[in-house]
This record gives sequence, structure tokens and C-alpha cells, in this order.
Amino acid sequence: MKEHLPYILHLADNALIIGHRNSEWCGHGPVLEQDIAITNIALDHIGQARNFYQYAALLKADGSTEDSLAYLRTEREFRNCLLVEQRNGDWAQTVLRQFFFSNYQSLLYTSLEQSGDEQIAAISSKALKEVTYHIRWSSEWVIRLGDGTDESHNRMLQAINELWPYTGELFMPADFETRARIDNVVTDITVLKDPWENKLKEVFDEAGLPVPAPGFSQTGGKQGTHTEYMGYILAELQYMQRTYPQSQW
Amino acid sequence: MVISQHDIATIWSILENVNDPEVPVLSVIDLGIIRKVIIPGDGSVEVIITPTYTGCPAMDMISANIRMELMEKGIEKVKVTTVLSPAWTTDWMSEAGKNKLKEYGIAPPLPKQQVCRTTLFSDEVISCPKCNSYHTRKISEFGSTACKALYQCLDCLEPFDYFKCH
Repeated sequence: MKEHLPYILHLADNALIIGHRNSEWCGHGPVLEQDIAITNIALDHIGQARNFYQYAALLKADGSTEDSLAYLRTEREFRNCLLVEQRNGDWAQTVLRQFFFSNYQSLLYTSLEQSGDEQIAAISSKALKEVTYHIRWSSEWVIRLGDGTDESHNRMLQAINELWPYTGELFMPADFETRARIDNVVTDITVLKDPWENKLKEVFDEAGLPVPAPGFSQTGGKQGTHTEYMGYILAELQYMQRTYPQSQW
Repeated sequence: MVISQHDIATIWSILENVNDPEVPVLSVIDLGIIRKVIIPGDGSVEVIITPTYTGCPAMDMISANIRMELMEKGIEKVKVTTVLSPAWTTDWMSEAGKNKLKEYGIAPPLPKQQVCRTTLFSDEVISCPKCNSYHTRKISEFGSTACKALYQCLDCLEPFDYFKCH
């Protein structure tokens, strides 16, 4: 399975970066209960990332560890999609990003339960239970804000505007996804797009929000060409290991 | 301590002493995370565990505590192996464990079929661990640890944790 390392790192990086973004809310949530909720979700994602990094380190068998993969790779080596690195913005933007991503992750992990790679299947199957909570939580927030006040509705519209161009990339296979499909590690991810849009429509309809028309998609994250936010994320995430190499708790 | 095949039961009874650091009334056996004990015959013991939640920060500590407890009982070669599949479910929690949770003030998990519901804005009907009233409300699906949700009793007004289904 070593030839699928880039794919495994892609799964790990997606989880790590959205986990890190969500963790930035720690101590800043709009109310205490939601501060706890978003940091719990962050923890779930970092747990997923750890599982995938541990597996990648095992396959690399070159002395890499989950920590070296998270803390010592450079921006261009990260294979996460652009959506997860987008800024937190206001609460509307954070919950919408989570809804877009959890909707995708739920479909992806459901299909990965059947992966020809047993460890990927086991990690996905385990994580799916938690993703079920994330999608429920984020759907409820999209509806609460979309169908709330004029102010909250407008904030959701702005969030859609900002994040929509980053959703197309989720369903555009990178080389490593095509190779993984050929070896039966992952399904054809383009088929996830219809059910993703159906779920989106269901929630947006209830929220009174318009489903945007398909349009231009930003791409490049899976190839290592990230938005300007990524450097700032890594500067914070990797600071300790870069400044004090090998430091431990 | 001389290890033989007959000692598997002894190992299980030693593991009764290892508690969940976040919910200290529960042993690892009550939690249902010990999947198997293997005694390969070379004087070592292997304990197979499965994590409750993917990101549960207590798992590393639980592994270390299992190793410590067995070493204190004279078993020097201990290996703790984590397996993910089949995924842990709250249905594996023992009845004794559920009773201990309730006595401790945490509402025990309902049976698993509830978890995969994707219905929005619905509350599971949870009984208050203090006064047993079902007149309770969900405050948040995410609580002080990954495995718990926050509820409040509307009769005795006590806020409480619910060990959510998984």
C-alpha cells in the first residue's frame, strides 16, 4: 500500500487542517456550549488525522512518525483541499465550512468502509460515527442561521459566496485519487457529487438559502498549491517543533 | 509470576483495577474496550484494546496504565495493541458499568440504534440520573469530553452529563 501514501496523507491533511482551524475557536466561541462543541469537533478531526498519519508513518518505515508528518512537512507537501484551510471568518462561515466538509466526509468515509485497504476501511468506519454528529450539528446551524434573523441570513449568504468556489475541488480527482481508485482503495469520488448536492439542497431549502449555480472552482490544494492562508496556519501549527526540534511534552 | 494459558482469567481480573481516567468509576472492562487477552507462551501478555472515540486523549494514558498495572503484578513483558475494527460501541459497555455511571451522576447511554439517526433538531429522551425524571432537555450534543453530551433536568433543575450513544 506504500504507493498510496500520497492518498493517505491527503486524508490525514484534510482532517488535520480543518481540525486546526476549528481549534482556533477555543475560548472564542459565541457561547460556552458552542465553544465546547466546536473544539470537540476539532478533537475528532485531529484524532482522524492521527490515525491516518500513524498508518502513513508505518508504511513509510523510514523513521517518520505521526508528529514528523504533521509538524515537519512544508506547505507544498500538504495535500489537503483548499476548503479546509479557509479562514474561520464569522460563525456563519465556520459552520458552513463544516457543513460542506462533513457532508463530503460522511459520503467519502461511507464508501471507504468498503476500501480494499483494511486499515483505511477501519479508520473510516470508526470515524464515521463521529462524522454523523458533525453533520447533524452543522446542518442545524446552517438552518438556524439561514432561517433566523435578517442579519444571520445575510451572514450565511456572504459565507456561501466566500466558500462556494472551494467546493468543486472535493470532487475533482487528483492523480493519487485516480491511482487509488484503480487499486480499489477508494471509489470514484466524482459519484459523491450528486448525493452531496442532494443533501445540500435538503438543508438549504429548510434554511431558506439559495443553492448556488455551478461555477468556477478554485483548485490546487491536492497538488500542494495552497491559498495564502496555509502558510499562516503552518506557522502557528508547526512553530514549536520548528523552533525546538524534537521537543516533547 | 509464571504465566500459563490458565491465567487469562487472572489477567482479566487484574484489568478490573484499571480505570478510565476521565470517568474514574468505570474500569476498562466496564467500558468494553478490552477486546482480547493473548498469552503467547513466551512469558509475555498481549492486551488488545479498541478506542472509544477517534480523538479520545485518554487512550494513551489507558494503554500506559494497563502496562503499569500488569507490571506491578509481576508481568514484565506486556504489549498493548490498539485495533480499530470492529469499531467500539456503547453497546459493549457492561450493565454493571451503566449502573456505576448512573450512581456517579452521568446518564448511561441508550441502545445504539439511536446514534445514526440524522433527524435534525430532535432530542433523545434521557432520564435524569439524580431524580429519574424524563422531563429533561438537551443543552448541547457535545460535552466536557468527546463521549458526553450536556443535558438539564427540568424537574430537579440539575444539569447533568449524558454518556452519548456511539
